[in-house]
Amino acid sequence: MSTLSLTSAFSLLLKRDLVLAYRRRAELVNPMLFFVLVTAMFPLGIGNDAKLIEAVGPGVIWVAALLAALLSLDSMFRSDYDDGSLEQFMLSAHPVSILVLAKILAHWLVTGLPLFIVAPLLAVLLNIPASAIPTLMLTLILGTPVLSLIGSVGVALTVGLRRGGVILSILVLPLYVPVLIFATDAVKTAIVGIPTTAQLSILSAMLVGSLVLAPMATAASLRISLS
Amino acid sequence: MIIRFFHQMGSPRYFYSVAGKMIPWFMTSFLITLLVGLYYGLFVAPADYQQGESYRIMYIHVPAAWMSMFIYVVMAVSGLISLVWRIKMTEVVVISSATVGASFTFLALATGSLWGKPMWGTWWVWDARLTAELLLLFLYLGIIALHSAIEDKRVAARAVSILALVGVVNIPIIHYSVEWWNTLHQPASITKFDKPSMDMSMLVPLLVMAISFKLYYGAVVLMRARAEIVERERNTRWVQEMVEREVK
Repeated sequence: MSTLSLTSAFSLLLKRDLVLAYRRRAELVNPMLFFVLVTAMFPLGIGNDAKLIEAVGPGVIWVAALLAALLSLDSMFRSDYDDGSLEQFMLSAHPVSILVLAKILAHWLVTGLPLFIVAPLLAVLLNIPASAIPTLMLTLILGTPVLSLIGSVGVALTVGLRRGGVILSILVLPLYVPVLIFATDAVKTAIVGIPTTAQLSILSAMLVGSLVLAPMATAASLRISLS
Repeated sequence: MIIRFFHQMGSPRYFYSVAGKMIPWFMTSFLITLLVGLYYGLFVAPADYQQGESYRIMYIHVPAAWMSMFIYVVMAVSGLISLVWRIKMTEVVVISSATVGASFTFLALATGSLWGKPMWGTWWVWDARLTAELLLLFLYLGIIALHSAIEDKRVAARAVSILALVGVVNIPIIHYSVEWWNTLHQPASITKFDKPSMDMSMLVPLLVMAISFKLYYGAVVLMRARAEIVERERNTRWVQEMVEREVK
């Protein structure tokens, strides 16, 4: 282990997580399916009013993305916690925060990226004008990694608990709100046709900030959960 | 001398007895400032030229909102201390503060919406400051939920400390939300201490109420800390001897 460089440890861990996810292909579809289903529930509940659906569209897509991210969070460290590999990561010579970052990246590639792929379809379903769809995609590509990063802290704190699911959502949802506010605001502004540089800059700042800070907090939380 | 005091305060037994002696002082000064502040705020201070009498709810609302943020910062700072130096007593402070902080946040929200009905014509608006304060309440509730879910209380305290530190991002957002976003909530009246935008006869009772709320927090946090210490240290000799003395 000591002869392994940090970059190769990072890529090995990333590859391992992706292979593990690929072996269970059926589960890969689930967050995406959930995302589509939740979004489809809203027009059914609100009624067939095109104007109204267009007005709530960005918010609905983002709330559904938030819930899909939340639902898939629990799997981030669960199997590693159960089979003890998490303890081995703690013992390794490499900084835990970097290893954690590899796990978060793998998790985002498996659960966050699919949302990004189906989003244009949902945008069309919710009458969001084509001119605003690129902005929606941009907010998703900037925002969903933040969800995974912030969420990883919550998962790390609750991984040792028997019924951590509900507590995880109580911990994580309030922290997701800034992303939700700025992302939906960007899409709404884009629908009107006003430049969205300000919101996108803030989202990028959130991404960079959480990329630096969240892995450290996650590593510290994992140490506590495993102690 | 001061350093020795801090070292001694790190010991649960010493903290317990000092806290027990401090509580009556906090309690009495809290009651005195509360009565003075309420009397001057509700009866002596003049009515507002725009808002009439209903502005007086400010004497509860503003100090409660200040406390909601102040307590969170106290929690985050003592959380940082307990993570870095593993001091047991700061862990106790973190978790004893959570419920008080949550109640002050709820009080600020409730009085704010009572005031909003006659002034803005609505109980609630999704304005930046109100939303941020609501988020603060959720953060407090999340901290309480996490603490009660983890059985080992020392582990729980450290987990809660991390959560408090992560959530502290919200505090500047609440504080500056009124300045950053031009919303329905009025800007803070007391930002510059040299020239506050209200009359002294209104300002003084407000500050007295703020001090009173701080003293109340001090008293309650010490009480809760004492209870937490006894629960944590129930297997030590000094607690058992103390309980035996109490029983006799």
